[in-house]
Amino acid sequence: MKVRVSVQLKPGILDPQGKAVEQGLHGFGFAVDHVRIGRLIEMDVPGTDPAEVKAQAQAMCDKLLVNPVMEKASIEVL
Amino acid sequence: MRVAVPVFPGSNCDHDALHACGTVFGWDTIPVWHQETRLPEGTDLVFIPGGFSYGDYLRCGAIAALAPIMADVKRHADQGGLVLGVCNGFQILCEAQLLPGALLRNATLRFIHQDVHLRVERTDLPFTAAMKAGEVFRVPIAHAEGNFTLEPADLADLEARGGVAFRYCSPAGEIGEAHVPNGAMNGIAGIVNVRGNVLGMMPHPERAVDPRLGPTGGVGVFRSLESVPARG
Repeated sequence: MKVRVSVQLKPGILDPQGKAVEQGLHGFGFAVDHVRIGRLIEMDVPGTDPAEVKAQAQAMCDKLLVNPVMEKASIEVL
Repeated sequence: MRVAVPVFPGSNCDHDALHACGTVFGWDTIPVWHQETRLPEGTDLVFIPGGFSYGDYLRCGAIAALAPIMADVKRHADQGGLVLGVCNGFQILCEAQLLPGALLRNATLRFIHQDVHLRVERTDLPFTAAMKAGEVFRVPIAHAEGNFTLEPADLADLEARGGVAFRYCSPAGEIGEAHVPNGAMNGIAGIVNVRGNVLGMMPHPERAVDPRLGPTGGVGVFRSLESVPARG
């Protein structure tokens, strides 16, 4: 099954990239605020049970995809 | 003293580490390819060098932390063996959970390469035993992700247990935000684990030990290690 893991910096963690992009957008006149940049990971995971597939993806987040000091993830089974 | 220097694809300070330990201090120093599963017999110190292991993919140090050699580095550390991680080596130790915290992008958004002053916060460690409390030494930094970060409660724990080995400071040893080049919390430049046998630091002491190449502000770390009895 297709799985999409979205990894975001936790609230409160400084995101210099987000800040730089925000300033860039301000330069084009967009009055945006709180720009945060994350990472989107897509993959095919074997299995047909969405709950089981999601559990596998969660295990991947715990082991490698997410650093819990600074990041959090949301998992979507498509 | 026998030193193992793990080399990952993208390591680029491995030769600095080999030069400092092998040529300048005359220790038995052995490069170890990341695919190896065992450190050389009788390794006293594992020196994880700086660089851009695995191209910094995913997060700095995240992939290197999973390399085959790292399982034996963990075993070495668990048995009380010494581990020193510099720059990317520090990032790898955090990702391998041998040290707490994470190194985020510098607050300035820029890669920073300059000399910094560090204040010695602990002198009871194998890495600092030859230094004086509050001593200030000057070494270079060269990194884009050195902004040390920890959850507030974990940061308080780290400080309470004296986990900070080195802090950025002024040439006179004053602490303050103005002297922190990368935004690191509490001006933290280097930390140790609870047992005190694993040290991670962003600055490069190994780049400041050979008088033929320039200033030698980094020798204190090596002189300290020199007095550590060999494990044999």
